[in-house]
Amino acid sequence: MRRSVSKAVLAVALMFGMGTLAASQKDTLAGAQQKPETMEVKIDNFSFGPGTLTVPVGTTIAWTNRDDIPHTVVSTDGVFKSKVLDTDDKFSYTFSKTGTFSYFCSLHPKMTGKVVVQ
Amino acid sequence: MAGKLKDEILHDHNHDGIDRRGFLKCMAWAGTGAFCVMTGGVLKSYSLSGLSELDPKAAAGELSFVQISDSHMGFNKPANTDVAGTLKAAVDKINAMSAAPEFILHTGDVSHLSKPEEFDTVDQILKSANPKDVFYVPGEHDVLNDDGKQYLERYGKGSKGAGWYSFDKKGVHFVGLVNVLNLKAGGLGTLGQEQLKWLENDVKHLKHSTPLVVFAHIPLWSIYPEWGWGTEDSAQALAYLKKFGSVTVLNGHIHQTMQKVEGNVTFHTAASTAFPQPGPGKAPSPGPMKVPDEQLKSVLGITDVSYVQGQHALAVVDSSLA
Repeated sequence: MRRSVSKAVLAVALMFGMGTLAASQKDTLAGAQQKPETMEVKIDNFSFGPGTLTVPVGTTIAWTNRDDIPHTVVSTDGVFKSKVLDTDDKFSYTFSKTGTFSYFCSLHPKMTGKVVVQ
Repeated sequence: MAGKLKDEILHDHNHDGIDRRGFLKCMAWAGTGAFCVMTGGVLKSYSLSGLSELDPKAAAGELSFVQISDSHMGFNKPANTDVAGTLKAAVDKINAMSAAPEFILHTGDVSHLSKPEEFDTVDQILKSANPKDVFYVPGEHDVLNDDGKQYLERYGKGSKGAGWYSFDKKGVHFVGLVNVLNLKAGGLGTLGQEQLKWLENDVKHLKHSTPLVVFAHIPLWSIYPEWGWGTEDSAQALAYLKKFGSVTVLNGHIHQTMQKVEGNVTFHTAASTAFPQPGPGKAPSPGPMKVPDEQLKSVLGITDVSYVQGQHALAVVDSSLA
């Protein structure tokens, strides 16, 4: 049940994100300052959801661990590295450069994810 | 001696991979206790009810030690809200054993979050165990945030590298390995070249007849790579052990008992003293498994290992805390 709720929240977050993204692009076109965005990644059942996120430069991503086991969020290239996240702990990182950022959980390295910054 | 037992089950493990039939039988007994003797690559398992018929000298052994694993001190989720209590129950079980074990092996995840007070609590509880010596290897939960610095300060005295070491007891050579550090994205447990080199040198000059016990947190055999239950460079480590007539590999990490015999090598994983995890692929993830409160102690346990000199056989006995 927890999973489906998180998916619903995520879907809403995504729609909201896309909506504001479109709006902010319009603002940018109009010369207004771009508002920083925050996107959410949930850790559920030893996996990152969504596993791949494509975001504009300046986006902050917030990871939340919803498992009963601690996890970490560690960039494969050493760009960012969280402390250990116990249940419900969060880690945020703001992406100020374009590129593809692969990451994983250093405790359970089968858990991998990707952020594409455009 | 063994042939007289009525409920003997013989498994011939001459092929690669897990013997599913034998594995399931061993699993079926995990709750009640199984007794497994390995001789020359053949595993003989007995239910505990048949133990009284066994030669008492063989059952007592000349060297007996006990393995505990995955105490996860600090864990407080529904799967077990009292991990200190169940660790104490494990110590009570050890203290009640008729053949007193000489020492304890802890195969890692001593703590849940590498907090000093979690390690302190485990140290305190283990002080009440009759065997005073405890030998550790780290689990991934013991090396959080500092790449194992605190772990080494507490338990790594006299060890090499990230905490690997060896020692001898009554003619048996023990090797503690570390496979929970520097894990790579998408990968499994890792020993690394430095440790493998050390292992090669450590066992090089031993007689082939020396019984070996190798212990590490993550299984050194491929149990379920999809959940990370394996060590990517374990094959190289095992290649160095090939020449030995009796090798027993003891692991933790998967919070359930499993056994496999391959040639002269017996692989065994111990139950946790804290909480069970699902069987391979039996749940969406390997997270803690909640069982009814009254069943919890039946899925937690300790492992007793005995060696009888000259017999080339190490007996591995799992018993639950129930």
